Amino acid sequence: MDLRELYQDIILDHGRHPRNFGALSDASHFAHGHNPLCGDKVTIFVKLDGDRIVEARFEGHGCAISTASASLMTEVVKNKTLAEADALFQNFHTKVTGGEQIALPAALEDDGDRLEPLAGVKSYPARVKCATLAWHTFEAAMHAGSIAAAVKTE
Amino acid sequence: MTMLAPLRPVAGNSFDVAWIRREFPVFERNPGLVFLDTAASAQKPRSVIDGIAEFYRSDYANVHRGVYGLSARSTARFEGARETVRRFLNAADVSEIVFVRGATEGLNLVAQSWGATFLKPGDQVLLSALEHHSNIVPWQQLRDRLGLELVIVPLDSSGGLDVAAFERLLTPRTRLVAITHIANVTGHVVPAAALVRLAHARGAKILLDGCQAVPRLPVDVQALDCDFYVLSGHKCYGPTGIGVLYAKRAILDAMPPWQSGGDMITTVTFERTTYQEPPQRFEAGTPDISGAIGLALALDFMDQVGRTTIRDHEQALTRYARDRLATMPGVSVVGAGSECLGVVSFTVDGVHPHDLATIFDQSNVAIRAGHHCAQPLMDTLGLAATARASFGIYSDESDVDALVTAIRAAQRLFDRPVQG
Ligand SMILES: Cc1ncc(COP(=O)(O)O)c(C=O)c1O
Repeated sequence: MDLRELYQDIILDHGRHPRNFGALSDASHFAHGHNPLCGDKVTIFVKLDGDRIVEARFEGHGCAISTASASLMTEVVKNKTLAEADALFQNFHTKVTGGEQIALPAALEDDGDRLEPLAGVKSYPARVKCATLAWHTFEAAMHAGSIAAAVKTE
Repeated sequence: MTMLAPLRPVAGNSFDVAWIRREFPVFERNPGLVFLDTAASAQKPRSVIDGIAEFYRSDYANVHRGVYGLSARSTARFEGARETVRRFLNAADVSEIVFVRGATEGLNLVAQSWGATFLKPGDQVLLSALEHHSNIVPWQQLRDRLGLELVIVPLDSSGGLDVAAFERLLTPRTRLVAITHIANVTGHVVPAAALVRLAHARGAKILLDGCQAVPRLPVDVQALDCDFYVLSGHKCYGPTGIGVLYAKRAILDAMPPWQSGGDMITTVTFERTTYQEPPQRFEAGTPDISGAIGLALALDFMDQVGRTTIRDHEQALTRYARDRLATMPGVSVVGAGSECLGVVSFTVDGVHPHDLATIFDQSNVAIRAGHHCAQPLMDTLGLAATARASFGIYSDESDVDALVTAIRAAQRLFDRPVQG
C-alpha cells in the first residue's frame, strides 16, 4: 500500500496543526488515555449540556495518526448528542478495523466522511490502536461521569 | 549433533558479514530485510535452529531422572550446556550457573530469594536512570514489602551513568547495586569493573544486567568480580525461554530456594524437605532442556566468530551509524559519547517515532519505536518516545545506509506541503 494513503494530506495537516488542542477549564467530563505500547498519551475534555456535547478538546502527545484522529474526533462530536457521537464511534471503529460497515443515519453521513482519511490504518494492524485511542478515551470520559477515568489500549 | 560450517578465515580484524549472514536463515527467507532490532531479540543462526531439532531427534529425554542411556545422554547435553555457559562467562565453577527463563526471571529470583532474605527495612538498593523496567519493578515490589529505599543514580551530560554521582550515592546503607551493563535505549556502556570496586569498597553487593552486553562484549565475571550477572539467551542468538543467572557460589549457598517442586530437593517427607545444592536448588521442575542446549550452541557460534571481533565490529558499526545520523538535518541522536555500543536511539523533527517505524517498514527496515521498556529513562531525557536501531553480528554498513535512505523518505513524506 502506498504510504500516501495512510498519511493523507488531512492527516498530516491535523497532525501538524491539531484543532481543539488544549485543556478545557470548564469541562464536565474528562478522561486520560494511554497506549503503553508506544507511550502515546491523550486527555479528552468534554462539556455536556443535557445530552448534547457543546465543547470537546484534547491534550497530549502522540504520532500523526493518533493526533489527527483526536483532532478530527473533537471536530465531529461537537454539537452532537451522546447517541450521535456513539453512532459515529461505532461507524469509525468498523472503518479502521476493516469490519463490516455500520451504516450511519443520513444526518451524520458528512461527519462519517470527514473521518474517512483515517480508514487507511486498517492495512496497518499495529496502528489501529493509534486511531482509536482518542475515541476509547472519549467513551471512558462519558461513562465515568464527571470523574477522571483512565483508559489503556494495548 | 550438527557442526557449524567452518568459519571462513578473515584477514586481520576484518569481518566477513556475508558469511555470517548466510548462517542466518531469516535473511534467506526474507530477502531485502534490513533487521535493526537485535536489541529486542537477535535472529538465530542455523547451528542453533538445526541443533535444537537434532537434539530432539537424537538425544532427548527428561534430565536428572532416567537410568537409561537416552536420559543419560540428554542429561550430559544439558549439563554440558551449563559448562559452556560457565566457560563463556569465565565463572569459577559450573554450580554458579543457574538456568532461568530469561533476565527478567533472573532478576526476580535475586530479588525474591537473596533480597527478601538479606535486605532489611531502611536498606538502600542503588539503581540507575538507565534501567529497563525488569531491573526496576522487582526492586519496587521488594521495597514495598520490606520498607527498602531505592536510590537512583542520575545520568551525566552525555546521557551515560554519572560515575561521580554513583560514588556519592553509595552509603553504608547501600546493600545492593543493580545496574545495566549496557543501556538498552542509548547503548551506553557503564564502567562495570570500576562500579564493582566502588560497591565492594562500601560493602555492597552488585548485580549487572548483561542483556545487551553479553551479545556485544567479552564478559568475564571473575575479572569483573560482580556478585550477580543476568542474561537472556534470545538476545545472544539463542532461543527464547532460556536465560542465565550467574552468582558467586558462596552467595548462592546462602540463598533459600525460590520456586519449589521437583528437581530442587534431596529428600521430601510430609514433615520436611531438604534442598539440593546450587544450582539445582534454584531450578525447580523440568528445565528448558532444549533451550539450554540451544543457548550453548549460540554461545559456541559467538566464540567461533570471536568475541573481540564481534565487539570491534559492533563498535565500528555503531560509530558509523551515529556519525551518519548526526550529520542528517532534522535528526537528533540521543546521548553522546564514544562509549555507546550496538544501539542508537534517535528522533526526527516533525515525524513521531511510531510513524517512522511504519514508514521504514515499507522499505523493509525493521526498527523499534516507543519507550523501550525504560519509561523512567525516557522521562529523564524528556522524550515520550524514540526510534531505535540496534545491531548484531549480521549487521553491516549497508543496513545503516538503508536506514538513512528510509529517514530521508520519511522526511520527504512528512515535510511535503499539504492542503488543510
Ligand atoms: C537491559 C535489559 N534488561 C532486561 C531485559 C529483559 O529481558 P527479557 O525480556 O529477555 O527477560 C532487556 C530486554 O529488552 C534489556 O534490554
